[in-house]
Amino acid sequence: MQNPSARTTESEPPESNSPALATPIVEFQHVSIAFDGPPVLQDVSFAVSAGETRILLGPAGVGKSVLLKLINGLMRPDEGSIRLFGEEITTMKEEDLFPLRTRTGMVFQEGALFDSLTVRDNVGYQLIQEGVSDDEIDRRVHQALTFVELDNTFGFYPVSLSGGMKRRVAIARALIHQPEFILYDSPTGGLDPITSTTIIELVMKERDAFRIPSLLVTHRLQDAFTLCSHHFDSAQGRMVPLPKGQTDPNTTFLMLEEGKLIFDGSIHDLVHSQNPFVREFIE
Amino acid sequence: MAIGPIERIAKAIILTVQEYSLFAYRAVMNLFRPPRYWTDFLIQCNIIGVGSAAIVLLSGFFTGGVLALQSAATLSEFGATSVTGRFVSTTMIRELGPVLTGIMVAGRNASSMASELGSMVVTEQIDAMRALGVDPMRKLVTPRLFACISMLFFLTILADAFGIIGGAFVTVFMNHQNGTQYFSMAWEHLRSPDIIQGLVKPLFSGFIIASVGCFYGMRTTGGTEGVGRSTIDAVVFSSVIIIFCDFLLTQVLLTLFPPI
Repeated sequence: MQNPSARTTESEPPESNSPALATPIVEFQHVSIAFDGPPVLQDVSFAVSAGETRILLGPAGVGKSVLLKLINGLMRPDEGSIRLFGEEITTMKEEDLFPLRTRTGMVFQEGALFDSLTVRDNVGYQLIQEGVSDDEIDRRVHQALTFVELDNTFGFYPVSLSGGMKRRVAIARALIHQPEFILYDSPTGGLDPITSTTIIELVMKERDAFRIPSLLVTHRLQDAFTLCSHHFDSAQGRMVPLPKGQTDPNTTFLMLEEGKLIFDGSIHDLVHSQNPFVREFIE
Repeated sequence: MAIGPIERIAKAIILTVQEYSLFAYRAVMNLFRPPRYWTDFLIQCNIIGVGSAAIVLLSGFFTGGVLALQSAATLSEFGATSVTGRFVSTTMIRELGPVLTGIMVAGRNASSMASELGSMVVTEQIDAMRALGVDPMRKLVTPRLFACISMLFFLTILADAFGIIGGAFVTVFMNHQNGTQYFSMAWEHLRSPDIIQGLVKPLFSGFIIASVGCFYGMRTTGGTEGVGRSTIDAVVFSSVIIIFCDFLLTQVLLTLFPPI
């Protein structure tokens, strides 16, 4: 099954005239950024459409986290245009960005939980700021924690949680406000294989249960391939492999090399790519 | 060829001053636009005000005592030990109370603000807050700024009061002078400009402590080592600026309220 938004444009900026890209959730056009040295990102163009899960691959230090922070305006590019939910954010004032950010969920690399707050207050942080009643906050926090299977940590402080549990709490925090788009910054980085699988299963559960578009940053190819080759079975309550030869049509790939986007396409395009860097990365 | 490094340093200083000015302006202006975080303001009042009361009280008490000891020794040469109360109260209220309180609170709270916010920056908690749609300037900086200004005002009054009590303690129990005379001299020669001068200064000191502490915290880079650097910078710069501003304010206030 061909993904309508999947594109293979090695070494070239992706085309933006596809019908699926008419109203993308995120659209990068010729974005570049540098910090006291060579460019971290150079002329990066891509889009994330509704219902799409995009996996950004690349080795460590290639600018993946920077790209993620550019998407919701936590950083500003030196050049280019970034549109989030159709709005140009590169020139937007910081205070105008806050309402836009409440529509996105973000899972940080190390979780970035507020260490002076309990799990309840971390997960319900946005609701607390909005003045939602305590009973409603408790109910929705329990619901979000149940989703990540950590309801027993309700009153714990982040310091008493393991690395994997922190990531799961961070996922619950990102999901509680029912975001329209989710950003995952290396959610499995530094975790053991079993915990990584648990996290990927949660990402998949969110993808298949809610169909929320997302962008997932990782340097772990096995995580990316698992997301593509499995789906979450609600009846069994776990992820199961797709029939042989099938992949999730809405899960597609991007790859960065030294700040440049060198690949944008489906898993089929990825495994058949002739780009030497892509080949080296996947082999 | 030596112009290069000098130019770089000058540019860095000007850039820092410009960033600090914009930072302080935003922190102040946030008070006039919602959302306002009153709970955070009260929490910070408790941390800064109640938390610093003990050190301010003790340092004020012993400074007043030292002033009484030193002044009595000098004044006795002129047979004027009776004016010890006046000397202690005027010095504490006009100068030592505000400056000492500023320095003590800077050591305790500018450091805690810089290290707390710095740790939040390096662990991406500040970015997480922004990603959750909450402005860290409004949520973290503005409440600290106004809590520090408010609390420093009251802490200075506390330091002044305990300085005068410390002076009385030394005068009565160590110098064996009359306590009633001490307090009457302390009270009778106190003028409104002295009190105004003593209560204007902590407003500026409070602003400097919180704005410098938060500024260095929020621009922390370089992991845990960077947090340590920010903490040191916050204490050093806030202390120096407090003393510098005290000098400028004294000049201005002496012009406005010339001594009789």
